[in-house]
Amino acid sequence: MHAWGFLRNPRIAMHAVIEPGTPAPEFTLARADGGTFTREDLAGQTSVLVFYPFAFSPVCTDQLGLYDAVRDELASRGATLYGVSCDASWSQSAFREQLGVSIEQLSDFEPKGETCRAFGVYHPGGFPQRALVIIDPDGVVKWSYQADSPGDLPGANLIFDGLAG
Amino acid sequence: MTELGSAPVPALDGDDHLRGPQDAPLVIEYADFECPFCAVLSARLAVRALRRAYRHFPVRSSHPRAWPAACAAEAAAVQGKFWEMHDLLFADQGRLEDPHLWQRASELGLDLARFDADRRSDEIVARVRRDFESGIRAGVVTTPTLWAGGVLHPGKVEESVLIAMEDGAPTG
Repeated sequence: MHAWGFLRNPRIAMHAVIEPGTPAPEFTLARADGGTFTREDLAGQTSVLVFYPFAFSPVCTDQLGLYDAVRDELASRGATLYGVSCDASWSQSAFREQLGVSIEQLSDFEPKGETCRAFGVYHPGGFPQRALVIIDPDGVVKWSYQADSPGDLPGANLIFDGLAG
Repeated sequence: MTELGSAPVPALDGDDHLRGPQDAPLVIEYADFECPFCAVLSARLAVRALRRAYRHFPVRSSHPRAWPAACAAEAAAVQGKFWEMHDLLFADQGRLEDPHLWQRASELGLDLARFDADRRSDEIVARVRRDFESGIRAGVVTTPTLWAGGVLHPGKVEESVLIAMEDGAPTG
């Protein structure tokens, strides 16, 4: 975890993740196929946005692998996982393929971090906080969570708690 | 629907795999057989006066042979050789393909046909899955993760912490 030590600097301001009960903001993310993913794509399904700092970094690697292992159980609850980072789509696709996971990746590369800012999870270091946001089929935030540090990995149990709450 | 919300690490079950002195403090390992850090921790625990329970926590994307290895260990357990298979798997993590599993089963004198049928059976997969899900519910996110005295210790465990576990002292 020492590689993330500089991120624990208390002088670095931490923004708060979007609160439950808040309608999802307008946003645009890039899909791997070049299309876009916007607030309209959230309608009619439960979405779990997994904001992660960097493709290929150790904790993000563990995180996506772990969550992918419970993807079927999430799907049985009608929930779809999406990975969101400021990496370019090409990098996200390479990351996804290397891991062998099925979680769709959404890129906040350009304008960099705009969606992360809209959800309150843009780190001043230039990447997403490690955060989870569950959005209900009506487009309202049902639950959200931000890790104390980008180096901390939230357990998958928290997502199931958030869905059940 | 499988319940995967938060829950404490389950107490020992009748078919948990246990080794070490019966009166020693209990530790529960969440581990996988393809994880090199798990092999190291296992070796470090082996020389400690601890009662150890092993639970499977295989994540395919990190370690694609962890699931087959876990099922092989459970299939060996059906024939009374869990810990023997456990030790052989950790002893050579570069050889975890099916022929290597058969070789280990043969070395242990297992009924090979039964071993191979068991390791692919729904019951064995469910047994491994049970451990994995108990780890998910407890908030396990990586391997190895060691549980002792109600505290989870993910990743590397300092020697001083292992000594505290042996003494039954608080570790977190």
